[in-house]
Amino acid sequence: MSYLDQLNKQSKEGRGSDSEPATEKPAVVETADEADTPTTVDLKREYEKAGVRDVLEELDRELIGLAPVKKRIRETAALLLVERARRRLGLAHETPTLHMSFTGNPGTGKTTVALKMANLLHRLGYIRKGHLVSVTRDDLVGQYIGHTAPKTKEILKKAMGGVLFIDEAYYLYRPENERDYGQEAIEILLQVMENQRDDLVVILAGYADRMDRFFESNPGFRSRIAHHIDFPDYSDNELLHIAIGMLERQNYHLTEEAKATLASYIEHRRQQPHFANARSIRNALDRARLRQANRLFEGDTGPLDAEKLSEIAAEDIAASRVFRQKPGLNAEYVHPERDEETER
Amino acid sequence: MRVTQGTFSFLPDLTDEQITKQVQYCLDNGWAVNLEYTDDPHPRNTYWDMWGHPMFDIEDAAGVMMELQSCRKAFGDRYIRMSAFDSSHGWESVKLSFLVNRPKDEPGFRLRRQEGHGRNMRYTTEPYADAKPEGERYGV
Repeated sequence: MSYLDQLNKQSKEGRGSDSEPATEKPAVVETADEADTPTTVDLKREYEKAGVRDVLEELDRELIGLAPVKKRIRETAALLLVERARRRLGLAHETPTLHMSFTGNPGTGKTTVALKMANLLHRLGYIRKGHLVSVTRDDLVGQYIGHTAPKTKEILKKAMGGVLFIDEAYYLYRPENERDYGQEAIEILLQVMENQRDDLVVILAGYADRMDRFFESNPGFRSRIAHHIDFPDYSDNELLHIAIGMLERQNYHLTEEAKATLASYIEHRRQQPHFANARSIRNALDRARLRQANRLFEGDTGPLDAEKLSEIAAEDIAASRVFRQKPGLNAEYVHPERDEETER
Repeated sequence: MRVTQGTFSFLPDLTDEQITKQVQYCLDNGWAVNLEYTDDPHPRNTYWDMWGHPMFDIEDAAGVMMELQSCRKAFGDRYIRMSAFDSSHGWESVKLSFLVNRPKDEPGFRLRRQEGHGRNMRYTTEPYADAKPEGERYGV
């Protein structure tokens, strides 16, 4: 088929040449000649067909805890589904504002949820590609005059058709330095967030209190963000489940005593500074694996089977410095020679 | 005189919607799209200026269209072409290239004749536009 034929075909269809059937696409093109406007919409069927159920179930299955977050995502999904149906019936024409802010302490799963959100928005047809571009201040703000705008635009170009995830977004705004280039990046972001709502969804993430201050000093952001989702800290029990899940994915398992030790480790670790929820647990497990490897190596008990190689014993966790430290003492400042590992 | 070149030279100028689809086709094939501009319309002019960098790692055509808009804003009175580079082994060359912008007024080409030895004639074409220095050829 020649290009001319293809073009002819496209213009007859009046819609994209995408491989998806026309009905699956959101009615982004508000062409007047939409004779095929349906009169009824089956929300349940839409829900199944768009694959929203898969995403939500995956979310439930893979993420432990985070009940309020899951609830908010469910609500958002319902809103978007209804909005899509309304659009199909010609009741709504504008793209709803989809920019979001995720607030919560470190290690509470903001990035993971952002990935799922990108997938969800893609399935619902609100973004065309569904990829996630994760950036921080360094990726957006330049080092000298005239460096910021091209840098920010470069990132925006990459994020088009997907989700731009800005971690620790409050660093963009530095009020103490009035010549800071962050302001320039903010202005470009705001402009794109407003004018290209069809092309891009921006998710800002960071600690709750600092994000609040950031929004106070940048009212433009606050008004352009429709969904604020707060991520609570994990409970001790949830963290234990997360730990077990993480180990399972790496084909490790804990002995019964090790489970008890880990539970008390989590309790102790929470009292100490720089506690970063699931991330602290992941680091602790990495160190436990290190100790397990050393134990196996130095124990030198002859041939080892798969069972032995994948078992984390209580002693691997109990050796942690967290147990020896008084709560509140800063784990970071222990002299490295006295203890070679740093707890984070 | 309407200057044509590239893949869709036999078609009327593409609309932005059509350009977007072509760009998306290129991106889906993994080609890097880039923009070039010039105000020397001679068909043998291969030295076009590049607008920004070649756009690798872009998923969606909206990113490229954003650059095209800003290029048009700066050089709306010149020719702008879009080309798609395939970097895969064995190809490493431009796969698709077409004009996406042209000056409002295109004066066309003059045919020059030069009498050589005997009755020998040499012919050459030169764009009327290039009588003026670069940057002033298609005055705003």
